[in-house]
Amino acid sequence: MSDPSTASIVSTPRPEEPRELAASPGAGLPEGARKEKPRGLLGDAWRDLRRKPLFWISAAFILLFIVMAAFPSLFSSGDAVNGDLSRSLGKPSADAWFGYDVQGRDVYARTIYGARASIVVALLSVLGTMLIGGAMGMIAGYRGGWVDSLLSRIADVFFGLPFVLGAIVILTTFNGSGSSNSKAQIMFLVIMSLTVLSWPVVMRLMRSSVLATREADYIVAARALGAGTGRIVLKHLLPNCLAPLLVYGTIMVGSFIGAEATLSFLGVGLKSPVVSWGIMISEAQNYIRVAPFLLFFPAAFLVAAVLSFVMLGEAVREALDPKLR
Amino acid sequence: MSEQSAPGADGSGRPSGRLLEVDDLRVEFRTRDGVAKVINGVTYHVDAGETLAVLGESGSGKSVTAQTIMGILDTPPGFVTGGQVRFHGKDMLKMSAEQRRRIRGEGIAMIFQDSLSALNPVFTVGFQIAEQFRIRRGLSRADAKKRAIEMLDQVKIPNAKGRFSNYPHQFSGGMRQRAMIAMSLALDPEVLIADEPTTALDVTVQAQIMDLLGELQRERQMGMILITHDLGVVADVADRIAVMYAGRIVEEADVYDLYGKPAHPYTLGLLNSIPRMDEKGQELRTIKGLPPNLMNIPSGCAFNPRCPMAQPVCREKVPPLLQLGSGRASACHFAEELVNRD
Amino acid sequence: MGRYLVRRLLQLVPVFIGTTFLIYWLVWSVPGDPFAGKCGERRCPQQYIDFMTDKYNLDQNIFVQYFTYMQNLLQGDFGETFSGRSINDIILTSYPNTMKLAVVALAIEAVIGLTAGVLTGLRRNGFLDNLVLVSTLFLIALPVFVVGFVLQWLFGVQWGIVKPTVSSEMRFSELIIPGFVLGSASMAYIARVARTSIAENRRSDYVRTAIAKGLPMRRVVGVHLLRNSLIPVVTLLGTDLGALMGGAIVTEGIFQINGIGRQVFRSIVTKESATVVSIVIVLVLVYLLMNLLVDLLYAALDPRIRYE
Repeated sequence: MSDPSTASIVSTPRPEEPRELAASPGAGLPEGARKEKPRGLLGDAWRDLRRKPLFWISAAFILLFIVMAAFPSLFSSGDAVNGDLSRSLGKPSADAWFGYDVQGRDVYARTIYGARASIVVALLSVLGTMLIGGAMGMIAGYRGGWVDSLLSRIADVFFGLPFVLGAIVILTTFNGSGSSNSKAQIMFLVIMSLTVLSWPVVMRLMRSSVLATREADYIVAARALGAGTGRIVLKHLLPNCLAPLLVYGTIMVGSFIGAEATLSFLGVGLKSPVVSWGIMISEAQNYIRVAPFLLFFPAAFLVAAVLSFVMLGEAVREALDPKLR
Repeated sequence: MSEQSAPGADGSGRPSGRLLEVDDLRVEFRTRDGVAKVINGVTYHVDAGETLAVLGESGSGKSVTAQTIMGILDTPPGFVTGGQVRFHGKDMLKMSAEQRRRIRGEGIAMIFQDSLSALNPVFTVGFQIAEQFRIRRGLSRADAKKRAIEMLDQVKIPNAKGRFSNYPHQFSGGMRQRAMIAMSLALDPEVLIADEPTTALDVTVQAQIMDLLGELQRERQMGMILITHDLGVVADVADRIAVMYAGRIVEEADVYDLYGKPAHPYTLGLLNSIPRMDEKGQELRTIKGLPPNLMNIPSGCAFNPRCPMAQPVCREKVPPLLQLGSGRASACHFAEELVNRD
Repeated sequence: MGRYLVRRLLQLVPVFIGTTFLIYWLVWSVPGDPFAGKCGERRCPQQYIDFMTDKYNLDQNIFVQYFTYMQNLLQGDFGETFSGRSINDIILTSYPNTMKLAVVALAIEAVIGLTAGVLTGLRRNGFLDNLVLVSTLFLIALPVFVVGFVLQWLFGVQWGIVKPTVSSEMRFSELIIPGFVLGSASMAYIARVARTSIAENRRSDYVRTAIAKGLPMRRVVGVHLLRNSLIPVVTLLGTDLGALMGGAIVTEGIFQINGIGRQVFRSIVTKESATVVSIVIVLVLVYLLMNLLVDLLYAALDPRIRYE
């Protein structure tokens, strides 16, 4: 990674390809005008990313997990829900690679099938967070004035709730005692509580990048040329604010997988018979002394999934940040 | 034209009685995109009581030379690949880190261009000046404070006592640069390097700061290296001028000679590009083209692609910096023709 | 400074009211019947219903209820559980334990995180740097309960170096592992922030000036570089003390520490909503106050902020 100040010493003027100079016979322009077509930020970032093994590894893992979530039967023919009590706490073997849990269910099958709930919840929560937070941030940043103040204060209120605590309160209210929610309803509730508690972060991110871009010369110029609000937002602001948002979103998928597991672990999130890594870990904790493998396998999958998303996000962020080059 | 090399460069590394000499210095920046040869054999010197102005566009290597002298070159990416920097005849590049540290501030001090970023934002200006007395001279807090206030007084900051405990952002640009000067002169250095000291300032303030610098330099009989890209600044203060291009000195002369009869087409171009009142209404004359890419310096004379006088020889042979007599030197194949032109 | 403090305090009030109102509304008003599922598995005893309805005006509209509740709360009365135990008692016995754990966690993360951050910031791209980058990535990515279980299993069960759970005496030696677990994610953040901050400032002009002044490297790094780089770290540490209290739910659960987090957890399991609300409100209050403190600290650390 070179120091930016050096880069500016070295690259003023922008490096020109001498071959190209020779190839374009005297167009009557000053030499400087015929320099190499500058690569865009995205092109540069992609060039940077392609060389990172970490990027490829995490991308491969993510692909694997997504396939696992979509078609779990490709990986396991076992039954994830029904068990045979006679096999209770059976050790890992050729029949059941990861062993059997206390109810005699195949841990390998459960781990594979657990990917779906974890990943679907995480992806949908991120989507919701991005949409709500992004829209709020865009409105607050672009409108400014009292709209900005109001939205910012509302965001503060939700931001003031510590994440785990807030989720506990929301979930005990809607998913607490005696509530007989269906599987889809519980999932929706978990997604909702993750979204409700996380959107302020995205909003702040979006708001600050809109504020930074709003007064940029090209936006002012577009406005002066009579471009409408919709056009400015869609054509100019959004593309410029999207990159940090997407990076954050990728990292957030990872942390939401972890958050879902934490909530399930605390007993307020997804519940059996839904299969998820968090539920498996929660169930395994009582047998940690006799059957540590019950904890190990779902935890390993959880960790791998979380790390893949976080690492992918980090790799993209580094590639997009010219300062870090 | 004699085959003798430029002043100060005796090539042998023998002590020559000079205060500070840079001798055939070479520095390159190794970056991911390649190696940039930033300094390609720079030779100059400064003696006590004289001011040498180093003139050049951004990227010509004038600041990097100064950083190498001070020992504050960022390594990596910057690496010294050859040459010497002699202070009182001793090569500083071969000294231990501790020896070099002792020279900084006391032997050679430096003023930076942007005083807002060069001063530490979280300490008071007074603290930053007094610090030198405390750490380098072992003075007590109270004594150091007294000395620091004296220094602020010397650079004509009004109400020095009150401003001692102000933070850098509470000063105006001009006052802050004065404080910067006070800080660099605290340990009474023999050589002062001023790296574009007035670039960040308003024009009226620029003149005041230059006057102050000139005054202090004469009073203290310091050697001063004034780095600038501004021909106007140079004329009043400098004794000699060294013009840099693409990491080399292309011309060195005293102020009168250089302005009167430049011996290098680049200097001529620079002088011609100053807007003049008597040519009002005419198009500004500029030097065509851009400074060279330091990763790919043109063969022969680095200036040849932009030079109006370029001949085939300029593309083949690097012109050495040759003495033209009367203490001036030029690195142009046609230096004599230029000087002897009516 | 005084005016700044007042302004920040005034900003805090609507946020505090908004947050607590939200919690109150969620717990007591949204389910329709305020006592549905509030007393464990059984129906709430009529006596408790009458007592609560009377005390908190539960038959009035939500704003009156909230106002009554806050009035009691501000007088230091958090109410009672359905079994008649004072919630004040519960908080008073468990809060010090959580405080102790949080302080241990904060100390551990500050020492380890800062050391790692400063060392790697000064010397980037070495072996240590990569080691720290990878391990911080792990610590940030892993949910606390996974870190907790793994360490509990390794140190407590497998190697038997410490007891897997913490006794009621809360000895310091017992708190090291739980403290590490609780502070693990923040430790990683601190290491990263310190590293970036040091690495960025190391190339800054004022560090260059300090070197040019001929100051010894010790002083350049220890005074000029560190003082500037610490600003973001200290603020992070401050915010964290508030967040740690909330994060303690999981850690205290795993190590069976009788702290406020475990109380919340237990109240959730036994469906003791009155306790849940009270503790959450206390934690939110602490969290907000810590954030305020951080803002003030920030202004104190960076002279450029004070006069803006």
